[in-house]
Amino acid sequence: MVTLKELPREEYLLKGHAACAGCGPAISLRLLFKALGNKIILVVPACCTTVIQGPYPYTSSAVPLQNILFESTGAAASGIVAALRQRKIEDITVVGWAGDGGTVDIGIQALSGAAERGTNFIYVCYDNEAYGNTGMQRSGATPYGARTTTTPSGKRERKKDMPLIMAAHRIPYVATACTSYPLDFVNKLRKAKEIKGTKYLHLLTPCPTGWRYDTSKTVEMGRLAVQSGLWVLYEVENGKFKLNPPSDRLVDKAKRKPVKEYFVSQGRFRNLAQEGMERVQKWVDEDWDQYGKLASNSVSDLALYGKI
Amino acid sequence: MTQTIIDTANHLAGYAAKAARVKVIAAYPITPQTTVVEKIADFVESGEMDAEYIRVESEHSAMVACIGAAAAGVRTFTATSAHGLALMHEALHWASGSRLPIVMAVVNRAMGAPWSIWPDLSDSLSQRDTGWIQFYCADNQEVFDTIIQAYKLCEDERVFLPAMVCLEGFILSHTYAPAKIPDQEKIDSFLPEYKSGWILDVNRPYSHANLVAPEWYMEFRYMIQEAMENAKRLIPQIDREYGKFSGLEYGGLIEKYKCEDADLIVFTMGTMGSDAKLAVDRLRKEGLKVGSARVRVYRPFPIEEVVKLAGRAKMLTTIDRHISFGMEGFLASEIKASLFDQKDRPLIAGFIAGLGGRDVTSETIERIVKKSLKCMHTGRVEKETEWVDLRE
Amino acid sequence: MTAALKRRKEMPITPLSCPTVGSMGKTGFWRTFRPEINHSKCTRCTLCWVYCPDAAITRQEDDSPKIDYDYCKGCGICAHECPVKAINMQREEE
Repeated sequence: MVTLKELPREEYLLKGHAACAGCGPAISLRLLFKALGNKIILVVPACCTTVIQGPYPYTSSAVPLQNILFESTGAAASGIVAALRQRKIEDITVVGWAGDGGTVDIGIQALSGAAERGTNFIYVCYDNEAYGNTGMQRSGATPYGARTTTTPSGKRERKKDMPLIMAAHRIPYVATACTSYPLDFVNKLRKAKEIKGTKYLHLLTPCPTGWRYDTSKTVEMGRLAVQSGLWVLYEVENGKFKLNPPSDRLVDKAKRKPVKEYFVSQGRFRNLAQEGMERVQKWVDEDWDQYGKLASNSVSDLALYGKI
Repeated sequence: MTQTIIDTANHLAGYAAKAARVKVIAAYPITPQTTVVEKIADFVESGEMDAEYIRVESEHSAMVACIGAAAAGVRTFTATSAHGLALMHEALHWASGSRLPIVMAVVNRAMGAPWSIWPDLSDSLSQRDTGWIQFYCADNQEVFDTIIQAYKLCEDERVFLPAMVCLEGFILSHTYAPAKIPDQEKIDSFLPEYKSGWILDVNRPYSHANLVAPEWYMEFRYMIQEAMENAKRLIPQIDREYGKFSGLEYGGLIEKYKCEDADLIVFTMGTMGSDAKLAVDRLRKEGLKVGSARVRVYRPFPIEEVVKLAGRAKMLTTIDRHISFGMEGFLASEIKASLFDQKDRPLIAGFIAGLGGRDVTSETIERIVKKSLKCMHTGRVEKETEWVDLRE
Repeated sequence: MTAALKRRKEMPITPLSCPTVGSMGKTGFWRTFRPEINHSKCTRCTLCWVYCPDAAITRQEDDSPKIDYDYCKGCGICAHECPVKAINMQREEE
């Protein structure tokens, strides 16, 4: 486990960029560079990061970055990986860095195809649970009850479980992470870099603009999500499921914070009534029953376990 | 040494990608293109071709994967038809805006609804505004030769644009005909190492294609137009240069046949151009002074050549294998537009023929020309656009 | 490469943007509140440096934080996350 002080001082996300004050994805991108260095090629579809770069002729990214069409991160990465291989270049890591929209909705086909082909790259979905770039419309990753501009009275559907979908592709590495647990995220990225094949990381990145909380509380929101069990830190390495700290200690319901605390601290859940919160609490408790079973058994293939 | 083989245009497209030493192919099967990618898969798996074939999960991803690969520094190739081409539409824009020298074989096929697998040119012509150079081939040999020429053109620093090499489905794609494959050494000296105008490089990091405000965007678009103008000049030169070792030239932008003293010139694209030559020969035997002009390059549109050809003729007949609904055939429109500034303009009669693969023979073209000749004598075109062989 | 290049001939053939500090200008002017560090309280844990979305905090040789007020947007994450409350958010004076 790396320590804070071992993180390199070099910045490859340059200050003076266009992210909102308190932007979770911006913190996370900085961390990604600290984890992987600058011998990387970033593939970025239409998402918040498209804007964060700033306008031509400037960019706030100090690594080569290919902006690409919304649905095609997986495809562009496939092409770049193939080209580098044909040029016999082995020391550059290709990283897809996409929002939740470009991953779970419009981008899912290209990602699925790239994963099925075993494309050797790291794909990070930074999830602020809505279409941030276009003003916070709902995505498949928007959680139940959240208000977005296209779900003004709260989303009625559950959040798509993208990490599970990716695990079903039988890729060598799937992991969840959160901006608020930076060392966990950095470690997972560094681990992913050493693995051959498709590596998928799903990162919860709180967003003050979309989630409606004071800009200073971004890191706190991520922590609350994990502490209440709404967001789970885990890895699936070659099909083997493992909970990471602090989620590994939350199998016991008594140790989890009630989800209500999370909901009342964000304006996007303003319309979520008591009944809705109880429903979510029930889902969380049910999911955690399964996580507990997964963590205690040594199940060799998560996809077959039936956690749907 | 030059090899003569008997094969389909689709397979020849595969041979051309191999001869061009393409390094990454990303393609998705669609009738009638499938045998292009199957041939390439064979070449790659047998080791005959040192390349990677990404079996993408859609045409949209095929074009984007080519964009990624070209941006990362290798020569790329793909192929598609009809709805596959339509599916990659936004990616076509992205490729030309990125100024990447991707070459794509388009096996022309009619658009649905309803489903049709037979040829017409509506698929590629619907993409004429995307900033891609467009070639239309009349036979299998031309398909092979044009793909090689296209790489040379696209990778020229005055161009750096992508190109589609179009060939009609089934008529060419699945028809066996003899073709000469020039010596690989000659092709290698004609077509050197891959070159592009920029590259993704960790030593010189850039963000490519981030947001461009109104104060800069127009200049980038102007540069694409400039590149098209340059391509117009370079295409005949490249055709001649290639012809020097292959023994075959195509006349650059327009393949002209007996136009020098023609009263009437019939304009076509693709395979109709071959049938038009047969029709011209028969009509000439009857003493009629007609000629054929096959538009080989549709983008950039050969405005100057059209003006020159029309200068001596009394009448032009255009046969379009496609229609822009609500207007007329694309070829007819653009020829008229090319001639607008001329003081003396010939009569122009437009015909729509062969949609959805309806057969257009030299006999059909003879009939079309004879109809036009009537107009030439009366000095009036009754119907600006006429549909050929339509049921009542 | 600077914005001073106004001539078309100097532009690349496709938009290639150069890594630049301040791509959006001096984003410090976005601020309403500014963080002030009490260095005597600071334990140099480096958390504020890790969590700054704007890389506006530099981690100096001795691990103490230094805020670049030209670019700090005043989000307040550093103040909120500081385990010893060594950072105070103060309203910017007009």
